[in-house]
Amino acid sequence: MGQNRLIVSLSPHDHAKDSVSKIMYGVVIAMIPALLVSVYFFGLDAIRVNLIAIAACIFFEWIIQKLLLKGELTITDGSAIVTGMLLAFNVPSNLPWWIIVIGALVSIGIGKMSFGGLGNNPFNPALVGRVFLLISFPVQMTSWPKVQVLNFAMTDAQTGATPLAIVKEGLKNGESFSSIINNLPTSYSDMFFGQMGGSLGEISAIALIIGGLYMLYRKIITWHIPVSIIATVAIFTGILYGINPDKYADPLFHLLTGGLMLGAIFMATDMVTSPMTAKGMIIYGVGIGIITVLIRVWGAYPEGVSFAILIMNAFTPLINYYVKPKRFGEIVKK
Amino acid sequence: MLKTFPKGGVHPHENKFSAGKPIEKIELPKQVSIPVSQHLGAPAQPVVNKGDEVKVGQLIAKSTGFISANIHSSVSGKVSKIEKIIDSTGYKQTAIIIDVEGDEWLPEIDRSTALVEDIDKFTAEEIRAKVAEAGIVGLGGATFPTNVKISIPQGKVCENLIINAVECEPYLTSDHQLMLEKSDEIIVGARLLQKAAGAKKIYIGIENNKPDAIELLKKKAAKYQDIEVVALKVKYPQGGEKQLIKAVVNREVPSGGLPIDVGCVVQNVGTAYAVYEAVQKNKPLIERVVTVTGKSVPKPSNLLVRIGTPVSNLIEKAGGLPEDTGKIVNGGPMMGKAVKDFSIPVTKGTSGILLITSDEAKRPKTYNCIRCARCVFVCPMGLEPYLIKNMATVGMFKELQDERVLDCMECGSCSFGCPAGVPLLDYIRLGKANLNKILRSKK
Repeated sequence: MGQNRLIVSLSPHDHAKDSVSKIMYGVVIAMIPALLVSVYFFGLDAIRVNLIAIAACIFFEWIIQKLLLKGELTITDGSAIVTGMLLAFNVPSNLPWWIIVIGALVSIGIGKMSFGGLGNNPFNPALVGRVFLLISFPVQMTSWPKVQVLNFAMTDAQTGATPLAIVKEGLKNGESFSSIINNLPTSYSDMFFGQMGGSLGEISAIALIIGGLYMLYRKIITWHIPVSIIATVAIFTGILYGINPDKYADPLFHLLTGGLMLGAIFMATDMVTSPMTAKGMIIYGVGIGIITVLIRVWGAYPEGVSFAILIMNAFTPLINYYVKPKRFGEIVKK
Repeated sequence: MLKTFPKGGVHPHENKFSAGKPIEKIELPKQVSIPVSQHLGAPAQPVVNKGDEVKVGQLIAKSTGFISANIHSSVSGKVSKIEKIIDSTGYKQTAIIIDVEGDEWLPEIDRSTALVEDIDKFTAEEIRAKVAEAGIVGLGGATFPTNVKISIPQGKVCENLIINAVECEPYLTSDHQLMLEKSDEIIVGARLLQKAAGAKKIYIGIENNKPDAIELLKKKAAKYQDIEVVALKVKYPQGGEKQLIKAVVNREVPSGGLPIDVGCVVQNVGTAYAVYEAVQKNKPLIERVVTVTGKSVPKPSNLLVRIGTPVSNLIEKAGGLPEDTGKIVNGGPMMGKAVKDFSIPVTKGTSGILLITSDEAKRPKTYNCIRCARCVFVCPMGLEPYLIKNMATVGMFKELQDERVLDCMECGSCSFGCPAGVPLLDYIRLGKANLNKILRSKK
């Protein structure tokens, strides 16, 4: 005995064997149902947008790390793929390739690498890119192709507005919610399964929920953020609908349209930019829910999830500072 | 619903390879090294000199204060030298080295296996004195002198004695096997401790992964109204004193306080057995059960080992050192200490010797913290390890104190669960050590 070289290190000597890349690839797996639905409704364009976004995100992360930061390469940890996919999920499927590349550059370059890479960014990188594109290219970013089941021809499809925009426009013109919704070609079950206009990854509530359940099972996310966002939106819009069902859309409509499910399940739960305690996560989720409804109902944009998440991202350090977990043995011994 | 503590905790792989292996006596070594500091508190003072003949059970180092413990010879033979050796803590400690000759015990020690149940012949005071005399310390690993714990301070009342039979550390089975083989003695030991502490009730907390031990102890405890065996949900670190009290009687020891502040005293199940032997059999703490285990260990075993036996003898007994050993841990994988070589002796706190393969001995690759909040969610004390790490790194000591860094019991759940592989507990220890230094200098 005594020939072996022994390692001496501090406890613990065991590890849960989970890693950053396992978490990131877990998120990628969780996004696959929504991706499949978008291929079903938008055709190969959905794949095209995803591939461009992922490739561009990985490329920009690689080149920034190689030439500017000169640190260890982190492109294999999977986080650039997640950012790329989330960016793709947040844009229309007919977006020109060069706009996607600009979005990737802003997401990775400004949203993530300028703060020092994964873990240091205060804002969700994909949303930084998405909002940049929305403001810079409002026309292209809001020309949603109409869904055509299994259209692989990649012909230019017709474009149209999202249900959220139609309802918002209609309500502004003084029509009642029930008459607008009755004239809408999409039923609630269409919305639930994803047959409606919108960004390519946000359309199908059921696919996103399946992904969310998978992430819960893998313990990648906890229930606090998605549930508090969804509950807040449901309650807030429920109160408004209760006050005046003609002037305000019903809660189910708000939950199934726009990027609410995508935002609540995949964007707001981004670990890096959300609070660290259960209580903090609920405050954060409630904040996102309230801001989303404020923007949707009274703001200039029909959709407010992206802005709401970015605003609450900015509050995350403050929440972390003030909201502490319940300490064991709270009463300090005198 | 099984009871457990509510906040935090993790589920490491149990890997209890040595479960169900009967306790085997290991052959006497040629030489033992008995450190004079095997407990929390002041080291004992040697009372033998080089060349002295000693018998098994003879006092060789005397307790030097209230928080200190006697040390007895675990073998018979001649004191060869008294010198500093490196022990399992990694520091140099004075140790008494004895060359083994024969196996001659002190005559007053009752070596029969007959069960002595009568506890009425002793007063509480006599029990405490015998426990102190026998040098008994907490055998779960913390090695706090037992007589101090059962001496209830003025103004405090001990309502509940909780016997810690949780054994939440993965791999270790020494307590489990002891319960299966010595259940009667453990019940008597627990009753002795109860009498000494003046406790009204005894709870025996056992995790549900040991159904045989739960069933057996329930059967043995059935004739006593005041003993309750509590089956607990498996969750690490349930064997932590504060977590166990919370799980069993739902009381929360205040920050900076002791179990007695909520009317509880916690004793390890092995300690209860040692108390039985000390009081009923006059046998000081000279041997203990040690689990020798690991993924590549040929014969994972539970061994009855004399204090001071070199670890290499134990490994030999368990089938020899596996080729791929990368780390040797004194204790379990979560809180045990890695040791530097095989010559270190078994001490009172050695509950297991774990051989970790070289693949698993290496720490995981470290990434940036991704703020996933797992460390916050798993911390059983409700701390924020990621924040404490940052504060400890830059030396924000006032803030560290406000963040209750001193509440950390170093269970390692944060480091265990960190997907970014950040050794959070290393930094927390750094913060604790530096803060303690500052607090001491202010006194």
